[in-house]
Amino acid sequence: MKASVGGYARATDLQHAIKLLDSADGMARVLAGGQSLVAAMNMRLTAGDLLVDISRLSELRGVTDEGDTIRIGALTRHVEVGDNALIKEHAPLLADAVKFIAHATIRNRGTIGGALAHADPAAEFPACVLALGATLQIMGPDGGRTIAVEDFFLGLFETDLEPEEVLMAITIPKAEAGERQVLQEVTRRSGDYALAGLCLVKRQAGHRLTMLSVGEQPELATGAMAMLDAGNIDGAVAALRAEIDPSSDTNASASYRRHIAGVLLRRAVDQMTGDVR
Amino acid sequence: MSEMFRDKVEIDLTVNGEAVQARVPAGQHAVDFLRQELGLTGAHASCEHGVCGACTIRVDGETVRGCLTLAAQLDGADIWTVEGLSDTDAIRDLQDAFVARNALQCGFCTPGMLVAVEELLAKGGVPDRAVIREHLSGNYCRCTGYEAIVDAVESVAQKRTGKVTS
Repeated sequence: MKASVGGYARATDLQHAIKLLDSADGMARVLAGGQSLVAAMNMRLTAGDLLVDISRLSELRGVTDEGDTIRIGALTRHVEVGDNALIKEHAPLLADAVKFIAHATIRNRGTIGGALAHADPAAEFPACVLALGATLQIMGPDGGRTIAVEDFFLGLFETDLEPEEVLMAITIPKAEAGERQVLQEVTRRSGDYALAGLCLVKRQAGHRLTMLSVGEQPELATGAMAMLDAGNIDGAVAALRAEIDPSSDTNASASYRRHIAGVLLRRAVDQMTGDVR
Repeated sequence: MSEMFRDKVEIDLTVNGEAVQARVPAGQHAVDFLRQELGLTGAHASCEHGVCGACTIRVDGETVRGCLTLAAQLDGADIWTVEGLSDTDAIRDLQDAFVARNALQCGFCTPGMLVAVEELLAKGGVPDRAVIREHLSGNYCRCTGYEAIVDAVESVAQKRTGKVTS
């Protein structure tokens, strides 16, 4: 269908964007790449929004080296995440994730900040940044703040962002020497939403494991992580299947998703140890 | 509060090499602006939620979904549609190959398919058939079964790089 839009304003800088958001009494919505928002408007899942187009804000673009971390501007597009040398070297999970996200034409336009703020539990980037232990930088009318990714996702399409705030950037700790980062997922067709997906990061401090498409929001699978730290793969598979709460839909039943989760974990462990099935 | 938000937006852009100025409704899709205001009906409005690829156009050198882009966002952009790519003969060899290989039947997906294929071919070289299929995974064709489309794309890539055998 056609989108129903209440109004449009093109932000000229970040402060202008926040002023626009602040003026709209909660009716405003941030438009970045639009690859989820415009689709949602077309399907009339949302209507009458006052759009604040932030896509011209150059201060929200690009990837920078900050020593122990890399900083990814919120407007960095999927295609850029996949090609960026700093991300490939220091956060390869994100670069690997890009090929799983929709199709080339969507990846030309969609942004990492938009994907995180949208908080679709079936999307790759939210699960990835949680597995990586990112920090998010947010700007609002009262200034900037940072939040750990563990506190950012609050539910289905719900985050800690206030209506008048803008997600500015994502800060990711650089991968340690010997760190491994693996993404595994099952889809029916290339570019579809995953029936289930799994991000696994192995660091000196231990494993970090998240999943996509198995719940209302990305969460750390702490039970499975503890089993992996103890070297108990079978225990990790059992723990993972017990601690996720997938739903049934026309694509897959909950029990099938639970089964896939264990399969993906074994594949991810094999990929890390070089024994790829 | 909403005086800063407009329900009509002025845009100034280039379409197929020609300067265009327009005043568009805030929620109008790029593909509807091209079709209804400029009469460029090559890009098709179909699924209208970014799944089928029939509305694929080129914006600032990259393909985008015409149904997931608002016309209001196109201020300052350089747009190319299948009409412009046809008139400049930029994709003549590709169009000839689609005909020769029966890579279309009803033709509804073809404009979006051609724009998407040209983005892949512009990278140079002869992509693997798997790469061609992956690049076109966002463009639905309900007639051909894709095999003939992949054949056509592969043959053009071979000809453009001089690696042709037939």
